[in-house]
Amino acid sequence: MAQPSDDQLQAILGDMVGARVQAQRLWNLQRQGQVGTLAPIDGHEAAIAATAHALNPEQDWILPQYREPLALQRFGSEVLYRYLLYNIGHPAGSHLPPTVRVAPLQISLATQIPHAVGLAWGMTLQNQPGVVTVFFGDGSSSEGDFYEAGNLAGLLGVPVIFLCINNQWAISTPLHLQTAAETIAAKAAAFGMPGLTVDGNDAAAVYDAVDEARSRALAGQGPTLIEAVLYRLGAHTTADDPTRYVPAEELEAARRNDPIDRLRAHLVEQDLWDEETHADIEAEALARFDEAFDEARATPIAPDAVVDHCTTVDSQRLARQRSLLLGPEEAES
Amino acid sequence: MLQAVNEALHLEMARDNRVVVLGQDVARNGGVFRATEGLFEKFGEDRVVDTPLSEGVIVGAAVGLAMSGLVPVAEIQFLGFSYQAMHQVAGQVARLRYRSQGRFEPAITIRSPFGGGVRTPELHSDSLEGQLANIPGLKVVMPATASDAKGLLSASIRDPDPVLFLEPLRGYRGIKGDVPDNEHLVPLGEARMARQGDDLVVIAWSYLVEVACRVSDALADEGLSVAVLDLRCLVPLDLAAIAAAVDHCGRVVVVEEASQTGGFAGEVVATIVEECFWSLEAPVVRVSGLDVPYPVGMVEDVFVPDEARITAAVRRTLETA
Repeated sequence: MAQPSDDQLQAILGDMVGARVQAQRLWNLQRQGQVGTLAPIDGHEAAIAATAHALNPEQDWILPQYREPLALQRFGSEVLYRYLLYNIGHPAGSHLPPTVRVAPLQISLATQIPHAVGLAWGMTLQNQPGVVTVFFGDGSSSEGDFYEAGNLAGLLGVPVIFLCINNQWAISTPLHLQTAAETIAAKAAAFGMPGLTVDGNDAAAVYDAVDEARSRALAGQGPTLIEAVLYRLGAHTTADDPTRYVPAEELEAARRNDPIDRLRAHLVEQDLWDEETHADIEAEALARFDEAFDEARATPIAPDAVVDHCTTVDSQRLARQRSLLLGPEEAES
Repeated sequence: MLQAVNEALHLEMARDNRVVVLGQDVARNGGVFRATEGLFEKFGEDRVVDTPLSEGVIVGAAVGLAMSGLVPVAEIQFLGFSYQAMHQVAGQVARLRYRSQGRFEPAITIRSPFGGGVRTPELHSDSLEGQLANIPGLKVVMPATASDAKGLLSASIRDPDPVLFLEPLRGYRGIKGDVPDNEHLVPLGEARMARQGDDLVVIAWSYLVEVACRVSDALADEGLSVAVLDLRCLVPLDLAAIAAAVDHCGRVVVVEEASQTGGFAGEVVATIVEECFWSLEAPVVRVSGLDVPYPVGMVEDVFVPDEARITAAVRRTLETA
C-alpha cells in the first residue's frame, strides 16, 4: 500500500485541472470546425492522471484507447502537441518520439489489449524493466480481444496492468446491457489474475491500486485487472447527444461526485490548494494548449505525406501513386 | 517444401536472436505439419511458444512483440482460421507503421497453410490471398517451389514490413525439389519464369504453378509452347515481369484457387490491361475456384482448378483468332 504524497496529490490535481480546461477549449474548437470529432475527458481525469503518476515514464508504457491523452502529459510534453496534431487531422499526430512511452490512440476498441500483452512479453524476454498499462472501457470488456489477451497474460504472467475505465456508458449502452457480471473486475478470475474495483473518482485510491499492481508486476507476479468505476460527465464524443439517453438526475448525482471537486476539497482542507493556485494552473494549461495548437497548425504537410510510412520502401504501384501526388517535376528529381 | 520451411526457420532463429516463433502447437508438437519441428528443442521455451487457441491474440501479441523490438513469426494453423484474427491482421498489423508514422517497425511474419486438395474439414482450405492483398501495408508471399519456400521465408522474416507467408497444404509433401543447403534468400517482389514459352503464358502462384507446369509439359508434346509465370509475391507485384511475359506471348490465362469474384486473378488481368493491352492477341481468360464457399471433400475437386480446366482454357485462348 502506498498512498500518494502531498506533492504527488498536488501534481495529480494539477494534471486533472489542466486536462479539464484544455478539453473544454478543444470542445469549443470542435464546435468552431477547427478540429475533428473527439472524445472529451470530463469525469475521467482522476483515473487517468493518477495512473500516470503511479507509473514511471522512464520505463513503463501506456497504451491508450482514445480519451486519455490530455491527462497523460506527465509522460512527455510532446503528448499535447501530437494530440492536437491528431485532432486537426495531421498524419504526424500519431507519431510520438521514441522517448515518450505512449502508443498511438486506438480507435478500434480493445485491439490494443493484445498489443499490451505482446509488448510486456517482449520487454520481459529482453530483460527490460517496466510495466505496460493498457486503458480500455467498460464497452471494450465485451470484446473478444479483452478475453483473449487476458487469458494469455494470465498464462504468461507478463507485467501488464489492465486498466478498465468503467464510465457506465458505451455511447448509449449502459453497463447493465453490457454485462451480467457483477463487476468487470470479477472477470479477472477467468484469467487467473487478481481483479479489483476502485473508486475512479478517488485519485488516491487509483494511485494506490496502480502502484500495488505495478509492484506486483515488477516482482514477476504477473498482471492485474483494475476496474476504475466512475461516470462519464460529458458526451461520448463531439458527435454524440447524451441528453437522448443519460437520465438527467443520474448525471446530476454524478456531477456532485466530480473527481476534480473531490480532490480539490481534500487538498484545500489540508491547506495544499487554494483558488489562486487553481487559477494559475488553469491559465498555464491554456497557455500551453494555445502554444501547442499554434505549433500544430503551423506544422507543414508534404504533398506526398499521405503515402509515407505505409511500407519501408514504396512498391512500384505506390511509387507511381506518389509521383502523381508530387507532379511531373518532383517525380523526376 | 515442408522441410524447406523448417530449414528457413532454423536458420533465421540461429542468425537473429530477436526472432521468436508463436502459435498453436508450434513448440512441443513441432507444428501439426512439423513445420516448426526441432525449434523448441534447439531455441528453448522463451523463443518458441505454444499459445492458447486464440488467433486474435496470437496476431495481436505479435504486434506488441514487434513494438518491443522483437521479430515475431506467428503461425495461424490454417488460413481459414485467420478470420478470427482478421481485425488484428488488417486493422493492426498492416497499419502499425502507418499509424505510428514510422515509430514502430512491424517486422512480423505470419505463416499459414492454405489451399485445397487434401480433403480437410471445413475452413482448412480457404484461399484468402485476394482479401489480404487488398490490405495496404501487408506483403503477400506465396512460394511454389521448395527452394523458393526457403528463400522467400528467410527474406520475409528479415523484411521490416509485415508479411503474410502462405504455404500450400498440398505442397508440403507434394512439392519436391532441390534446396540450397546454406543461407538462401529470394528477394520479395520478383516473379519467376517457371516454364519458358512463346505461344501463351499461364500466370499462377503457389501450388497452381506446379499444375500449370504439368499442363505446359503435356502440351509441349503437341508442339505448343506455353510459358508459366510464377508471381511468387502478390504484394509487391512484379509489374515488369507480367508485362514482359504478355508482350512476348500475346495470349494469357490467369489461374487461381480462390473464388473468382473479387479475387486476385482479376487484379492480374487489370494489370495486364493497364500495362500491355496492345500486346494482347486474345481476351484474357481466368481459371478460378467457384463462387461458393470452399466445399467438402467429395466435391472439392470440382472447385479447385485442375489440369483439365487449365488445359481447356489454354486451348480455347490459343484457338481465338
